[in-house]
Amino acid sequence: MFDWMSYHRADIAAVLIFVFVVTLLWSIYHGVKVSRLRDKEQVFGDPERTSGGWYWAVCGIATIMLLWFYYSWGMARAYFPRAANELCQVAKVNEALSPIVAQLPIGSRYFKSTDLVVRNMEQLDEVEASFPNGAFTAAEEKQIYAIIAQTRALIGVYSNPSSIDAATRSNLQIVVGDIQQLTSRIQAGPEGLQPTAEALAQAPWGVGNEEIPMLPMTPRGVMFDGISQDVVGISKTFLTLRNMPAEASRLIDLTRADIANVKENINNNVTSEDIAETRNSYLKSVERIFKRLDDGMIFPANTLDEVNDAVAVMIEEMDDAKGSLGIIDAIFMPGQGVLKTRTICIEQGSSRWLPKPTDVVAKLSVLANPNLEEGGGFKGTRLLWFKWLPVADVVGFFVPDGMVDILPGSYGKHDDAGRFVPTYKDRLLAFAKGEVYLGSIPMLDGHIWDSLFRVLVAMFFGILLGVPLGIYMGVSRFFKSFFDPMIELYRPVPPLAWAPLILTIFGIQDDGKIFLLFMVAFAIMVISARTGASGTQLSKIRASHSLGASNRQILRHVILPNALPEILTGVRIAIGVCWGTLVAAEMLAGTTGVGFIENVARTVSDYELIWVTILIMGLLGLLFDIIMRKLISILIPWRGKG
Amino acid sequence: MSDLVCKDLSMTFTAPGSGAMVEALKNINFTLKQGELLSVLGPSGCGKTTLLNMVAGFLNPTSGQLALGGKNIDGPGVERGMVFQQGALFEWLTVSKNVDFGLRMKNMPAAERKELVNKWLDIVGLAGFGDTPTYQLSGGMQQRVALARCLVNDPDLILMDEPLGALDALTREKMQSLILELWKETGKTIIIITHSVEEALLLGQRLFVMAPRPGRIHKEYQLDFAEEGLTRSLRDIKQKTDFAKVREEILTMIWNMEEEIMGGV
Ligand SMILES: Nc1ncnc2c1ncn2[C@@H]1O[C@H](COP(=O)(O)OP(=O)(O)OP(=O)(O)O)[C@@H](O)[C@H]1O
Ligand SMILES: [Mg+2]
Repeated sequence: MFDWMSYHRADIAAVLIFVFVVTLLWSIYHGVKVSRLRDKEQVFGDPERTSGGWYWAVCGIATIMLLWFYYSWGMARAYFPRAANELCQVAKVNEALSPIVAQLPIGSRYFKSTDLVVRNMEQLDEVEASFPNGAFTAAEEKQIYAIIAQTRALIGVYSNPSSIDAATRSNLQIVVGDIQQLTSRIQAGPEGLQPTAEALAQAPWGVGNEEIPMLPMTPRGVMFDGISQDVVGISKTFLTLRNMPAEASRLIDLTRADIANVKENINNNVTSEDIAETRNSYLKSVERIFKRLDDGMIFPANTLDEVNDAVAVMIEEMDDAKGSLGIIDAIFMPGQGVLKTRTICIEQGSSRWLPKPTDVVAKLSVLANPNLEEGGGFKGTRLLWFKWLPVADVVGFFVPDGMVDILPGSYGKHDDAGRFVPTYKDRLLAFAKGEVYLGSIPMLDGHIWDSLFRVLVAMFFGILLGVPLGIYMGVSRFFKSFFDPMIELYRPVPPLAWAPLILTIFGIQDDGKIFLLFMVAFAIMVISARTGASGTQLSKIRASHSLGASNRQILRHVILPNALPEILTGVRIAIGVCWGTLVAAEMLAGTTGVGFIENVARTVSDYELIWVTILIMGLLGLLFDIIMRKLISILIPWRGKG
Repeated sequence: MSDLVCKDLSMTFTAPGSGAMVEALKNINFTLKQGELLSVLGPSGCGKTTLLNMVAGFLNPTSGQLALGGKNIDGPGVERGMVFQQGALFEWLTVSKNVDFGLRMKNMPAAERKELVNKWLDIVGLAGFGDTPTYQLSGGMQQRVALARCLVNDPDLILMDEPLGALDALTREKMQSLILELWKETGKTIIIITHSVEEALLLGQRLFVMAPRPGRIHKEYQLDFAEEGLTRSLRDIKQKTDFAKVREEILTMIWNMEEEIMGGV
């Protein structure tokens, strides 16, 4: 079932998108209709105007989901499942063409040769103008000026159309011919071409290990794939082409020898370290320009015109052959479209960091699979499941061994035969140490539970200690004045600023995190309980005094219930803040927890996983809040009515 | 006999900030016999609440003595029950839990408590409302609960600070009758503070008109409208000429006091 859904995720998305579109249109229609019929009495600004309106909530959700589908390329994949595969074949051609295109003014303004000539000439002028007077002897100066002049002459030789040799000319002709041949193949279209069985067996877009299946799955794709293979050969030939006439070779050899000559004596005639530095770096800057020019990659201005025309025509033909693919690419694949890197095709656009909704759900279900052997869970820990916890472990944890020591009697000794004779104390000790099997209880387990557990334990202690202290601070001058400075000094520090310290002291596992969260919860609980307690109406306190209640009874029966709304609001806030702090703390250190998953996902740039964790955190945070709100309305129905 | 004796009672507040001294009360002397019904009237700020708070034990007088039944008043106590203007009910408790609050604090057994609570809810006309949360009650019902909560503790002296101030005219009249009935049936000593001259006349066997700066008893009346009110309708009493005469006299008195305050400043 799950595998089927995973395989058909594009189809599921197609249905979902359709449903969302219908929902969106319906909710807008319904919303507008209801707005028209609105009560005339509800003038603008009347708070009543905002009540109700669930259809707008539906409209908002549908909008968000559709935007998500769109920007994650989910719509493209749902309705054009083959598009990415075909565009991948086109991308292959583009990649193969790129060495040739790099030389041409396609996608740029100038031939690369023109760029090179202009840039190097400029730099030669600059270098010549900044000749360091006094650093070189007159002879050396002459030699260096000669090197610069020869380099300039070299550019001249390259640019002269009459100097290009015949072999290079005919090779360029061959390249042009090959490209034109490919162009006519593109014009002929994919007739008669069939994808291989191997290609058709590939997992669909987004399902397999590859982001986009590589082998062509459509006739058109097969054509582009074939073209790309030929282009690879043409590019190889093209890259071997050099413009190296005899005159250029002569100039290169000469200049090289001159540079070597100057270099040999570079350390003579040196009077100071500064001079040495100047000599070295100047010669280097001259040599750097020369070295960029000694490979014969500059062609005369018109030599590549034919290649340029041929490639331009071919690209035009490819665009024609793409047909609807181009429109799909432009509309449904926001961003640069499908790109081929060295070995794979990737989605280059917003979908790189915004995974498709169905992929996020699929990732979540993989994580949620409790079977670790099948590849479920994350890094050897389940997401959320249960495990059998031996009761003995719990007993061993909570019952201190020392309690047995206090009991009367003594521990066992060994007898004459060398056997150990245990007493009742030995048996109790085994019990206290958790060595006696007492059965097992089911216990929650997994990353989510680890995170929850930390928050819950911290909240438990925060409430247990914070509420009484807060209440006393609300009624007692000593408690208020004594504890106020301490709490006010640590509370304003952002919890995460404490984290490095606390994690060092208490360890990066549960202890440290729980303590950190405890600090957060404690401060919030103290403050809210204190506010609640000190906000008790004086007349209520006086009334209970007159009714004969003792101070303790007033605390328990009047001040505590009176502070309950504030306390519960405090709990609600504290849970939210703890949750936020926890995830950040787990990202700092540790090996389990939702924040840990996100931290790993971040380091490997697994955006699906990042979104899954964001989703989990958001939903759990929402869940906490809903539970607290329900709890508040159940526990304190009198809220705001006192 | 538990009479309330008040001797040379003075109370001076230091206003926070300015440090100015306010003579809220100066040399108050009176004795209230057991079973008497006293109403206190006066312009705002003449120290009525201050007086009541001292009798209840919430404030310590600057000088002078207060004793109930020969015992000096030193802090709040169950023998002096208080009814506040806004009821001061515990909104997290039901009606019956509110009423038996004092009894629970004394650890009275549940069965006895229940019997007493039912009896008093019956008297104040709230039978059947025991399990209702107090925030669902109307203002008049809330004041009935406050009365029951005070009376169930069986105090010797009942102190009421504008108990009917927040109620509408009709409810107010019903509550006035109820207070008179309770006074007769229980024979308790009652001090009731009010802003309404009519109410003070109707509910006062004795009536103090107080004057401000310094707070003092300006004039004392002995009236029999309260006794009359036990048998006749309150509205009839209000029609009587001698009732109207006293009412006009007191209104003029208070009016003049207010004038003096305005002109004095
Ligand atoms: N805690 C206090 N600190 C300072 N001054 C106070 C305090 N309580 C009351 N006073 C002052 O004492 C005077 C009497 O106050 P009190 O509340 O007794 O008046 P009142 O007669 O009850 O007025 P009202 O009819 O408006 O309730 C007022 O001038 C008031 O400003
Ligand atoms: Mg008052």
